[in-house]
Amino acid sequence: MQFSFTSEQEEFRSVLRRFLEEKSPPTAVRRLMETEAGWDRAAWQALNQQLGLTGVHIPESYGGQGFGFVELGIVLEEMGRALLCAPYFASTALAATAILNAGTEAQKRELLAPIADGETIATLAFTEPNGRWDASGVETTAQTSGGRFRLDGVKSVVVDGHTADLIVVLARRPGSTGEEGLSFFTVAGNAAGLTRRPLKVMDPTRKLALLTFRSVEADLLGTEGAAAAPFAKTLTQAAVCLANEMVGGAERLRESALDYANLRVQFGRSIASFQSMKHKQADMLIDVELAKSAAYTAASAAAEDDPDLPALASLAKAAASEAYMQTAIHTIQIHGGIGFTWDNDTHLWFKRAKSSEVFLGDPSYHRELMMRAWNV
Amino acid sequence: MSEHTEASVRTDVRAWLEANWNVDYGLVEWRNKLIDSGWGVPTWPKDWYGKALPVGLQSVVDEEFARIGAIGVAKTGIRRLAAATLLAHGTPAQKEKFLRRSLSGEDTWCQLFSEPGSGSDLAGATTRAEFKGNRWMINGQKVWTTSAHHADWGLLLARTDSNVPKHQGLSYFVIEMHQPGVQVHPLRQMNGHASFNQVFFTDAEVLPEHLVLDVGRGWAVATTTLMHERREADGIRTWGASSDRKGRIYDEERAESATVMEPYKWYPQRAGRVDLVIERAKATGRNKDPVVRQEIARLLTLSKSAEWTARRARAAQLQGKPQGPEGSLGKLASSHVARAAARVHTLISGADAMLTGEDGPMNGLIAEILVSVPAGSIAGGTDEIQRNIISERVLGMPKEPRTDNDRPFRDVPKNLVV
Repeated sequence: MQFSFTSEQEEFRSVLRRFLEEKSPPTAVRRLMETEAGWDRAAWQALNQQLGLTGVHIPESYGGQGFGFVELGIVLEEMGRALLCAPYFASTALAATAILNAGTEAQKRELLAPIADGETIATLAFTEPNGRWDASGVETTAQTSGGRFRLDGVKSVVVDGHTADLIVVLARRPGSTGEEGLSFFTVAGNAAGLTRRPLKVMDPTRKLALLTFRSVEADLLGTEGAAAAPFAKTLTQAAVCLANEMVGGAERLRESALDYANLRVQFGRSIASFQSMKHKQADMLIDVELAKSAAYTAASAAAEDDPDLPALASLAKAAASEAYMQTAIHTIQIHGGIGFTWDNDTHLWFKRAKSSEVFLGDPSYHRELMMRAWNV
Repeated sequence: MSEHTEASVRTDVRAWLEANWNVDYGLVEWRNKLIDSGWGVPTWPKDWYGKALPVGLQSVVDEEFARIGAIGVAKTGIRRLAAATLLAHGTPAQKEKFLRRSLSGEDTWCQLFSEPGSGSDLAGATTRAEFKGNRWMINGQKVWTTSAHHADWGLLLARTDSNVPKHQGLSYFVIEMHQPGVQVHPLRQMNGHASFNQVFFTDAEVLPEHLVLDVGRGWAVATTTLMHERREADGIRTWGASSDRKGRIYDEERAESATVMEPYKWYPQRAGRVDLVIERAKATGRNKDPVVRQEIARLLTLSKSAEWTARRARAAQLQGKPQGPEGSLGKLASSHVARAAARVHTLISGADAMLTGEDGPMNGLIAEILVSVPAGSIAGGTDEIQRNIISERVLGMPKEPRTDNDRPFRDVPKNLVV
C-alpha cells in the first residue's frame, strides 16, 4: 500500500490544481450549473486536449494514459476541490471503468478510445426508481428477438444521463433475480425508444436524469448473464473515486472556513482568536485528514487490485461522506448569516457534499458492506 | 573525512556487534562497553559517547541491534528525557556526572513538572526554590510523577522569582530524590491503579551545581524535555513486549523492564483495545445486531483512518518532506479512537459492562478499558490543548489574548493551594 505520493504525482496534482483554479472558478461553476446540460462541450474539449484527463486510468493499448486509480483519485480530488462542472465522473470513473471490467477485448478497443480522448461522453445507468445501488434493484429487462437485445425499464439518477452520447445499461434476463441473469449493454444516447428527462436536482453541479427504455435496441457488453461480478467491481472502484472527489471538496471548504475566520472581526478581535473557532477548525482538520487517509489508502488498494478493496472502498466512502458533510455544516456555521446566502459560495459545496453522501450508497449502507466484507 | 552512508554505518555497527555482543555480560557492564564504543547513542556528539551520525541513520543502527538481538542503552522511563535534556543544556560537570549512569541504567529518573495548581499551564508552577546559605531549598508539591517512588534523581521545574512574568521566573534543577525533605505518596487513580505519585518538598535541598542552565531560564530547558517527551510518546505503545530469550543479560533487562514498565501496564486499555472488538462481538453474538454493527464499523473506520494518517506522516518524514498537518493529529485522534472504543465495548457487553474483576467480561479487562479511557484525553496534553496547538501551529490561527504574560507572576490569579 502506498502512503505517500511520488514527486511526479505531486507535480501532476499541482499542475491540475492551477489549471482547474483558472478554468473552474466559482463564477464558471455558477454559470454552468444554471444550464440544463450542466457542462460545456468546448470547455470539456479544452480540458482533455491540454491534460488528457479523460483517459487517465485507461490503458494505453485502448487509447488512454495508462495510469491507475491513484492518479485517477488525484484528478477526482482536484475536480471535487474545484467543483468542476463536467461529465467526468460519469464518463471516466463510471462508464469507462465498467467497460474495462466487463467488455470483450474488441469492445474495449472500440469503445474506450473515444471516451479516452473525450470525443464520446458516456455514462452508466444502473439505479432504478426503487433507489437501490446494487444488482438486486435491477428490474430493467433485456429480451432477445431476432438476434438483437431490446431493453425495457426505467433508470433513475443517471449521472449526466440526459447529455451522454453512450449509455452503459445494466439489465437482466426476464424472470431472473438477484445476481443471476445480469448483463451490461451499450445504447446510443439518441436511440429510438429512449426517453431522457433531466431531473430537478438539489445539487445543480451534478446533473441527474431519468431514462425510460421502451424496446430500445442495445448491444451486449461482455458476456450475457455474467455482469454481476464486473458490476460489483465497478461499484467498488466508483466508491473509491467518489471518496477521493469528496475529500477534495471537503478540504476546499475547510480552507475557506479558515480564511473567513481569519478575516472576520467581532467583539474587537479576529474571530479566529476565539477558542470556540480554533477548536472547531482543529476538529475539521482531523475529520478531513483522516478521510483523506482513508480515500488515499483505498485508491492505492484499487491500483493494486488488493483483495481487501471492497472493505477499504466502503470504509473510504463512509469516512469521506461523513467528513465532507460535517465540514460543510461547520463551514456554514463559521460563516454565520452570510454562509446561508445564495451569493456566498459555500452552499455550492454543501449541496455537492449532500448529493455525494447519498450517491452510490450512504454511510450506513457502506458501513454494513464493510462489515460483511470483513466477515463480522 | 568520509561521509557516513547507510551502507558504511551498517557494515561498521554489524562488525562491532559481531565482535563484542555476548549474552553473558551483566547489563550495566555491557551498556558501559556500548557507551564507550559510541554505538549506544550514535547520533550524539563524539565528545559525549556518540558518533555524530545523522539522525536519519539511527534506524540502521537499531535494525542491526534487533537483527543480532543486542540490548541497547537504557531507554525506558524518564531516563532518556533526562539524558537528552542534560546533553542539550547541562554543564560539562553535569554531563560527566549524569549521562553515563543514565544510559547504563544505573540511575533512574522522574520528571517533576506538573503541580496540583498547574496542569495544562505548566509555566504557572508555584513550587519555590530559594537560595539559602550555600544551597537551594525547595518547598512545594508536584503531582503525576511516574516512578518517583524508585527514582534516584528528579528533573525539577521550580519558581525562583515571583516578581517577573511567569515564564521568566522559573529555573530547572536536578534534585536528589533520596533525602528527608522529599516525601513520595502514590496517587490512586479511578481505575484502581497507582501509576503516579504526589511528591512533597519540605526544605528539600539542591546543590548549586545542579542548577541546569541559568536562573530564570528553566522554561527553555523544560521545553527541551517536553519536546523529547512528545517525540517518544509513540514509543510507549510498543514497549514492554519483553523477549523470552535466554541469557544473563536478558534476565537482567527483563527485571529492569518489569520495574520501569509497571506503571504503564494499563496503557493498552487506556487506548481502548480496538483489537478486541470484533472477537468480543462474535463471542457475545452482538455482531448480529444492526446497531452494534454500525457502531463497530464507525470505530474501525476511525481507528484505521487514524492509523493510515500516522503512516502518511511517517512516509513523508522518511522521504524528507516537510511535515504536513497529518503529523500533528495523532494525539487527538487516539483520544477519539479510545472514546469510541469504550462506547462500543459497552454496547457489546451489555449488562456485563456493570461488572468488574473475575465477574466482569474477560476477567475484568473490559471494565479496566471503561475506567481507563478517560485518562487518554488528559495525560500528556489535554484534547483542548492539542486543539490549541493544532489551530495555532498547523493552521496559523492567532492565540487568545492573555492576561498572565506581561505582569509579575505574583499578581497573576492562581488556584488556591491547599
